[in-house]
Amino acid sequence: MTAEWVFNLYVFVLATFVGYQVISRVPPLLHTPLMSGTNAISGISLVASLIAAGSDHRLSQILGFIAVTCASINVVGGFLITDRMLRMFHKKKPAPLAATPAAKSLAGAKP
Amino acid sequence: MTPTAVLLSLCYVVASALFILCLRGLSGPESARRGLVLGEVGMLIAVVGTLLHKDIVRYDWILGGLVLGSGIGVGISAWIPMTKMPERIAMSHAFGGLASALVGVAEYNRQLGHLSHFEMGALGFEVFLGFLTFTASWMAFGKLQGVITGAPITYKGQNFVNLLMFIGVLVALVYLIIWPENPAVFYALCGAGLIIGITGVLPIGGADMPVVISLNNSYAGLAACATGFALGSQILIISGALDGASGFLLSLLMSKAMNRSFANILFGAFGTDIAPTQQMGTAKAYNEATVEDAGAVLKASQSVIFVPGYGMAVSQAQHAVRDLAASLERRGVDVKYAIHPVAGRMPGHMNVLLAEANVPYDKLFDLDDINDDFARTDAVIIVGANDVVNPAAKKDPASPIYGMPVFNVEQSRSVIVLKRSMNPGFSGVENELFFQPNTMMVLGDAKKTLLSMINELKDGGH
Repeated sequence: MTAEWVFNLYVFVLATFVGYQVISRVPPLLHTPLMSGTNAISGISLVASLIAAGSDHRLSQILGFIAVTCASINVVGGFLITDRMLRMFHKKKPAPLAATPAAKSLAGAKP
Repeated sequence: MTPTAVLLSLCYVVASALFILCLRGLSGPESARRGLVLGEVGMLIAVVGTLLHKDIVRYDWILGGLVLGSGIGVGISAWIPMTKMPERIAMSHAFGGLASALVGVAEYNRQLGHLSHFEMGALGFEVFLGFLTFTASWMAFGKLQGVITGAPITYKGQNFVNLLMFIGVLVALVYLIIWPENPAVFYALCGAGLIIGITGVLPIGGADMPVVISLNNSYAGLAACATGFALGSQILIISGALDGASGFLLSLLMSKAMNRSFANILFGAFGTDIAPTQQMGTAKAYNEATVEDAGAVLKASQSVIFVPGYGMAVSQAQHAVRDLAASLERRGVDVKYAIHPVAGRMPGHMNVLLAEANVPYDKLFDLDDINDDFARTDAVIIVGANDVVNPAAKKDPASPIYGMPVFNVEQSRSVIVLKRSMNPGFSGVENELFFQPNTMMVLGDAKKTLLSMINELKDGGH
């Protein structure tokens, strides 16, 4: 048991570092999609809700049902709205300026 | 491990990797949509895999929840306008927090009698953070919608009361870890989460909502993480950690862009410490201009920078801004947009609105990238922004926003401010930019003003 929670702590620490590194490369331009995207991903609590809702325990079934509903609102809604936002972002159509500061920061040149 | 359990674990490994790749895609607008598809595939794999879990014995409740939740999710995403994005995000944090909290309550009841100390600790964090996120997010939602006043609500001894409650929570948590078999304490902890979510957000002003939303994002992630620890599920830990890290990073960026510490935002009750004498001041003279005056300035300009703020979202003026920019560009004017990290009510709010209005993103510039350009610019049009263009942040150490990085708009030849009225707004910080000789105040609804400016440019000729 002890070994398992230490292992889980490893997973947590490493995932936090990876998350921090990956997310610090996201430009301010995309901060709203980032937020709704991570929100959809954290809808993974759906997995835990499914297990509660599908159990043989009555209270778990009811609470799990509400949790499944909430989590799937986030998963389905989160991915859909993030996609709707990202579809709106576009560059200027006729050959844009190549080396604007914005283009540089978009390429992830600075943290 | 049974073969099914191995298969399930493998599904989770694949899903976790896909989630990280999904976030990796968000480092640029070109790769973002491709990345998002990877995230969706990951989620599908994780959910379908979970249905094989040995503890799932019936599917009726699951199916009902999935259908209901997906329906609501589709409905909300399809109909919500982009200007309401902060509210939508606040709402989704509330749902996320509630889901984690309810799973925690269910798990406590199911496992009661054979909970280890560690599992109990994780469950305690899970329900406390989950319920806290739930009410705090609805509070943020209420403040954004204007159902609850955007002004900070404070009372004497507030921080002391909050501190006491916080200590109470710690005591309850430690008590439960030692003696898990005490449902009364467990439910008290749930209740404390609900209450602290409310009392914690009350003293925070509407303009600080970007930080509150980012923090709630982080809490919702940590609650999911705690669920993972309680259930021993690595995919929950990983996804929760990603969400937590993202919320934390955004909160840091926001508070840096306001030059304020977390403590100051959470307990500072921004705007209440200004002496009324300073707030009223003497009625200073300002330069009220008509649309025709502003049009004349724009006709004589070669370069124009727009500075949008929350006021643009309120009056839904993003399309009018784009149209004015287009008619300026037709005249050969160089048009750019200056986006402050805390403009609007959530990180990236202005970028999304302007993208919705079809403004190409290579015209949108961050604070650092554009601040030197103002001195070379003929006209700046400020659409409903206030604090982010207040020169007091640079000059007046007595100002509550002193030290916050702001745009050097006052360096441009002329400044056109579109503003509803001369009221300083609830933050009560007076903006001396409005009283400078090269500033023109065009009062009224921003959208209407912009539309009449477009007409002015049309029939005015040269």
